[in-house]
Amino acid sequence: MLAVESATVRFGERTALDAVDLEVADHETVCVLGPSGSGKSTLLRAVAGLQPLDGGRVFLDGVDQAPLPVHRRGLGLMFQDHQLFPHRDVGANVAFGLRMHGVPRTERDRRTGELLDLVGLPGAGRRAVAALSGGEQQRVALARALAPRPKLLMLDEPLGQLDRSLRERLVVELRTLFGRLGTTVLAVTHDQGEAFALADRVVVMRDGRIAQAGTPLEVWQHPASAFVARFLGFDNLVDATVTGTAADTAWGKTPVPEGSPQGACELLVRPGGVRIGGPQDGLRCTVGVRTFRGHHVTVVLRPDDGPALEAECALRDTPEEGDVVGVTFDPAETVVLPSA
Amino acid sequence: MAVPVAFFALFFAYPVAAIVGRGLKAGGDWRFGRIGAVLSRPDILDVLWFTTWQALASTALTLLIALPGAYVFARFDFPGKQLLRAVVTVPFVLPTVVVGTAFLALLGRGGFLDELWGVRLDTTVWAILLAHVFFNYAVVVRTVGGLWSQLDPRQEEAARVLGAGRLAAWRRVTLPALAPAVAAAALMVFLFTFTSFGVVQILGGPAYSTLEVEIYRQTAQLLDLPTAAVLTLVQFAAVGGILAVHAWTVRRRETALKLVDPAQTTRPPRGAGQRALLGGVLLTVLLLVLLPLGVLVERSLDTSGGHGFDFYRALRSVDANGSTFLVPPLDAIGNSLRYALVATLVALVIGGLAAAALTRRAGPLVRGFDALLMLPLGVSAVTVGFGFLITLDEPPLDLRTSWILVPLAQALVGVPFVVRTMLPVLRAVDERLREAAAVLGASPLRAWREVDLPLVRRAVLVAAGFAFAVSLGEFGATVFIARPDNPTLPVAVARLLGRSGELNYGQAMALSTILMLVCAVSLLLLERIRTDRSGEF
Repeated sequence: MLAVESATVRFGERTALDAVDLEVADHETVCVLGPSGSGKSTLLRAVAGLQPLDGGRVFLDGVDQAPLPVHRRGLGLMFQDHQLFPHRDVGANVAFGLRMHGVPRTERDRRTGELLDLVGLPGAGRRAVAALSGGEQQRVALARALAPRPKLLMLDEPLGQLDRSLRERLVVELRTLFGRLGTTVLAVTHDQGEAFALADRVVVMRDGRIAQAGTPLEVWQHPASAFVARFLGFDNLVDATVTGTAADTAWGKTPVPEGSPQGACELLVRPGGVRIGGPQDGLRCTVGVRTFRGHHVTVVLRPDDGPALEAECALRDTPEEGDVVGVTFDPAETVVLPSA
Repeated sequence: MAVPVAFFALFFAYPVAAIVGRGLKAGGDWRFGRIGAVLSRPDILDVLWFTTWQALASTALTLLIALPGAYVFARFDFPGKQLLRAVVTVPFVLPTVVVGTAFLALLGRGGFLDELWGVRLDTTVWAILLAHVFFNYAVVVRTVGGLWSQLDPRQEEAARVLGAGRLAAWRRVTLPALAPAVAAAALMVFLFTFTSFGVVQILGGPAYSTLEVEIYRQTAQLLDLPTAAVLTLVQFAAVGGILAVHAWTVRRRETALKLVDPAQTTRPPRGAGQRALLGGVLLTVLLLVLLPLGVLVERSLDTSGGHGFDFYRALRSVDANGSTFLVPPLDAIGNSLRYALVATLVALVIGGLAAAALTRRAGPLVRGFDALLMLPLGVSAVTVGFGFLITLDEPPLDLRTSWILVPLAQALVGVPFVVRTMLPVLRAVDERLREAAAVLGASPLRAWREVDLPLVRRAVLVAAGFAFAVSLGEFGATVFIARPDNPTLPVAVARLLGRSGELNYGQAMALSTILMLVCAVSLLLLERIRTDRSGEF
């Protein structure tokens, strides 16, 4: 469906997109994930034709899009803050793309009604855009983008400005909807939860390049680099040297899974793999700040040597602040990453 | 961008350059020595000195009187505020000739104060200064008050919580935020008063004349083109300097201020102090704005046989004025409306294209063009008018006998208003709205029609209204190029005032009243469709 070949965009000295390759198959949902400034929005704009490429090509269904201006590409794009037309009502916003494509009025009205039903706003056609809540605006923007049946639907931070509970509900709704309609989707977001919940495949970007691509599970279990691991929220990283199934680190000897690459590396221990025991077992640590997370408690542990650690504990196993404890590591929750 | 540039080159730069050239050239050689010669003449130096100090004094006086007004309009809620805001703006769109006439009726010989207390100010500089304050009050109230009403009061509150006293908080938080707007307003007032023509022409008498009046006198009465050319250049340089500083302050004003909806910041006045302030401002408006206009209306009705519409009736005939007119003065109304309508259309097209071009592009060249568009506001209108006569009189552009000449000159003055009104609104249209339209299948032209046009429709109407009012009142250029059988209202008023006799005086008052009503009505209509973001005027 979509194929991006070594797309490059420069803003003066800065390279926003650096030879990015990306493919999206029919009916697939791909999420581009990255911190702000990683080039993910530029990628969307380049595919849409809003941002001219300094190098590389964009193909849709095998057709090079370079000669096609934005309005001939037949894509859907949902903007970060929706960009609904303030001077038109909800119905006219949804019908806009149909009107541009010369769809006759009766057909337009039918389809508009259908889409408003689909996004859960039946009969809202006459309402003013300014009177909508954030979540409703979001739904209208989605209906507007879907109305002309785009080949590819692109979402720029689709849920960025909504509050948490609404966001979680809408992610599920979107995923169900895209599955039902068979829509091909390319979304960008900086929120890993959103990306993992929405996507068949996740692409992590850093400084205009792709840092890792894979299914949400692959990326979560095996971050390709310390950057990806940190971006996913993992902070238990330490320099290490692997020999066999053990690594030498500032935290002492740490077991690693069998078949791990040997030599200098960075080691990630997921907080779930940090086991807290009596002061005699393993690495001696002092218990620091504890944060209540609902299902568990996150505890900061300060070893005598090496960087601080984060551990996840069950509520009743949580040590007191200031306690001295011993820490061991679960090799199943340990990942060897290439040295930075 | 090509159309506005060509328009300005042909109808502004070319005539002005031709006049200057004619004045400074002799036998094909430039005579720059004339500049020095003219500028060392004591009478010219007097004019320069008077022009500058009266502009400074007018600006200071306007700020002094109008800043409290700006505060009251920005922060207080009181009944009739909308109407009052419209009323104080009326003087700004009034033709200078009407302003002059109104103050003549108030302060002049046989005027209102003369009859009451025997006070006459028309041959003193005070009349000029007061008229300038009257004229520019709205510039300060709108420019400064507009920003003031949108400043977030929580900024000042934050300073108070951090330990600043009321005055210190104002001085350290509000004043710095306001300063660029005050500077911009002051510069606009300075520009308008520095180039003042109609007001000084009518109120100044032989004793006082500004550069513009002197240019008119040298050109039309003494036929001394070299002197006029030098003075034009001096004014050009001064105006260029003022506009450059103005552009700089405006750019500073655009920098990152957190603005809020004005509706959130206003409340009814509380306590004796605030009520006294409101009362003082209302009294100022009453004395400064309403009184002169009221007196003007009263004089137009004050015939020797009691109050009546005699002067208005006399406007219908040619004979009443001897040889002053070839046509009944009332015809001037039709002429004025026709010319102003055409001028408005021209100004909208040219100004709209310029504003659209300025929105889409950026860079020093475009900024230069932006500033250039303001020049007609300050460059001697008399020179432009006279320039039209000497340059547009030969094929392929022989327009001297064409009626189109007057609307073209008037449109020149209208364009800056159109650009200033539309530019902020166009710039406020989010580029991504256009992108959203494009992604949905709208071509660039279609996107402009579907997105930009509906969003700026109100601004276009406001711009049209300003252009209309300004065209209606344009005097300096029109007085040269309006043909004797087709005078406009301001030209007819000036001609009537130039004659002696009660009938001429009364008719001038009557025509001015009509002109004022036309301007006021078009402004009040505008006020209804005005948006918060409608630019700087």
